[in-house]
Amino acid sequence: MQTLSPERLQELELRANDVRQGIIRSLLAAGSGHSAGPLDMSDIFTALYGHLMRHDPARPDWPDRDRLILSCGHIAPVRYSAMANFGYFPVEELLTLRKFGSRLQGHPERAKLPSVETTSGPLGEGLGQAVGMALAAKMDAKDFHLWVIASDAEHQCGLHWEAVLTAAKFKLDNITVIVDRNFIQIDGSTEDVMPLEPFAQKYRAFNWEVFECDGNDIAAFVETAQRARETTGKPQVIVALTVPGKGISYMEGDYTWHGKPPNAQQADEALRELTAQRESILARG
Amino acid sequence: MSDAAADAMHLVDYRAGDLRQVPTRNGFGEGLIEAGARDPNVLGICADLSESTRFEGFRKAHPRQYIEIGVSEQMLVAMAGGLASVGKIPWIASYAMFNPGRSWEQVRTIMALNETNVKIAGAHAGVSVGPDGATHQAIEDIAIMRVIPHMTVVVPCDAVQTKKATLMLSQTWGPAYLRFGREKSAVITSDDTPFEVGKAQLFREGRDVAIVACGILVYNALIAADRLAREAGIECRVVNNHTVKPMDQTGVLDAARACGAIVTVEEHQQQAGMGSRVAEILAQHHPTPVEFVGVDDCFGQSGDPAELIEHYGMGVAAIEQAVRRAYRRKKL
Repeated sequence: MQTLSPERLQELELRANDVRQGIIRSLLAAGSGHSAGPLDMSDIFTALYGHLMRHDPARPDWPDRDRLILSCGHIAPVRYSAMANFGYFPVEELLTLRKFGSRLQGHPERAKLPSVETTSGPLGEGLGQAVGMALAAKMDAKDFHLWVIASDAEHQCGLHWEAVLTAAKFKLDNITVIVDRNFIQIDGSTEDVMPLEPFAQKYRAFNWEVFECDGNDIAAFVETAQRARETTGKPQVIVALTVPGKGISYMEGDYTWHGKPPNAQQADEALRELTAQRESILARG
Repeated sequence: MSDAAADAMHLVDYRAGDLRQVPTRNGFGEGLIEAGARDPNVLGICADLSESTRFEGFRKAHPRQYIEIGVSEQMLVAMAGGLASVGKIPWIASYAMFNPGRSWEQVRTIMALNETNVKIAGAHAGVSVGPDGATHQAIEDIAIMRVIPHMTVVVPCDAVQTKKATLMLSQTWGPAYLRFGREKSAVITSDDTPFEVGKAQLFREGRDVAIVACGILVYNALIAADRLAREAGIECRVVNNHTVKPMDQTGVLDAARACGAIVTVEEHQQQAGMGSRVAEILAQHHPTPVEFVGVDDCFGQSGDPAELIEHYGMGVAAIEQAVRRAYRRKKL
């Protein structure tokens, strides 16, 4: 297993900064949408598109590609921004987010945008579809991997646990679920709304291999994901601890940013902060 | 007696007393075994009902194409969507009450909006499930499926036609719902009877009233038509309207123009089912008196299947009465 070189890490951190800027710009243009989740998952999406996944932006229908299944479709802005920044479509298209006629629907649709893999938004449905794809891969002796992004709050959905059971039954070691454990949902803290702890123990009890890491530390996440992927005979989950709104000081940790976009002034402030962060990454040399 | 239509459709002599009685679900079981042999990508996914959905034969014939996931109907749809997106042709079967009854949002999002080639077999539909009672009697499933874009909805009239529908849907790309029942019912079509999704079938010619029916009640419609001809001189056209979506608009309008009055017959709520779609077409293109035979806005209960069909107004006598009402309205 290779660790990230300092140069590679710096490169990925700069890409994550690009991804965050794309999120802020697209949300401002849209005038609606979710801020906290997309920002806190920017580091993980960057690590996936920039380092971990086998994919080719020029061939979104490549049969052997790894599949990134975004179960919690409401954080679509981070997927769109990552896709644009990694070459799937022009970055300018991000400004069409949630607009009439756009491929960038408020919640992603497979039939509209190649490589989105599934239509999502109604929560709890991503893993079940990934289980189908993973089983098809086993049947056809294909070695592509399923990376599933799930929110913590969608673990309140029954269907997700039906899928957790099924993945374990078929020993689908070609699935890695990455949970955005940011502890927030629309109505407040997950632990107030419907407690999920002990979170990792639940997966262990369902015969999954469990990993935990800081989801806003690219190096730590890449190392954890590589270890997870080497697991055989069991599906894996990475409980990624993230800070909601990560990167924007006035959003960090505030659940009220779950489902709203920044206004023009707030977006300016956010972009200034991101620019400053970019300079400090570069200054690190 | 006008048998030209029946002959053209290669129907068996349904007036004979000794018709073969076979559950429509058997047609699904047989059709799936054949579909699985023709194409190894055809899969069966079961939610703990292998015997009653008639998956058993498929499991034995094609064990590598069979997946059992236990009592989790929402997962049936989600998993099938994933399999289909990698080129498989999954059939998911449960009782219609649970799939699509329980799984409707997944059906809408994962099958239809997501455009995946998933096929649902809805078993034990209608009150004719019998003793299991109202919890297990799906009589709203046509309504919830026919409103979903991209969806095909087929309700075959007997076991032979159910087998043909299973094979045809397996070969045709697109999300689809095949609805069938539990009990033995009369086999009225033969191997030679044509079948095409989206093409209504003329089973009996007549100029007075058109009975547009689907599912196992097509047989009751034919018997009612014969009695009306014999006893009242009313000649009914009988249309087997097996495809609820996309409905054969031409077939429906031909019937309305030829007869001037329509009776719809289905083992389903009168509201929002096959008959309602017929009425929508007629209201827009050729306003025609319509009488509806089906469950009238209530739930079923335990009982003998035949007794329930009678009680909820879908027996031969109820169809005759509906035809007489339609005929009177036409005369006004």
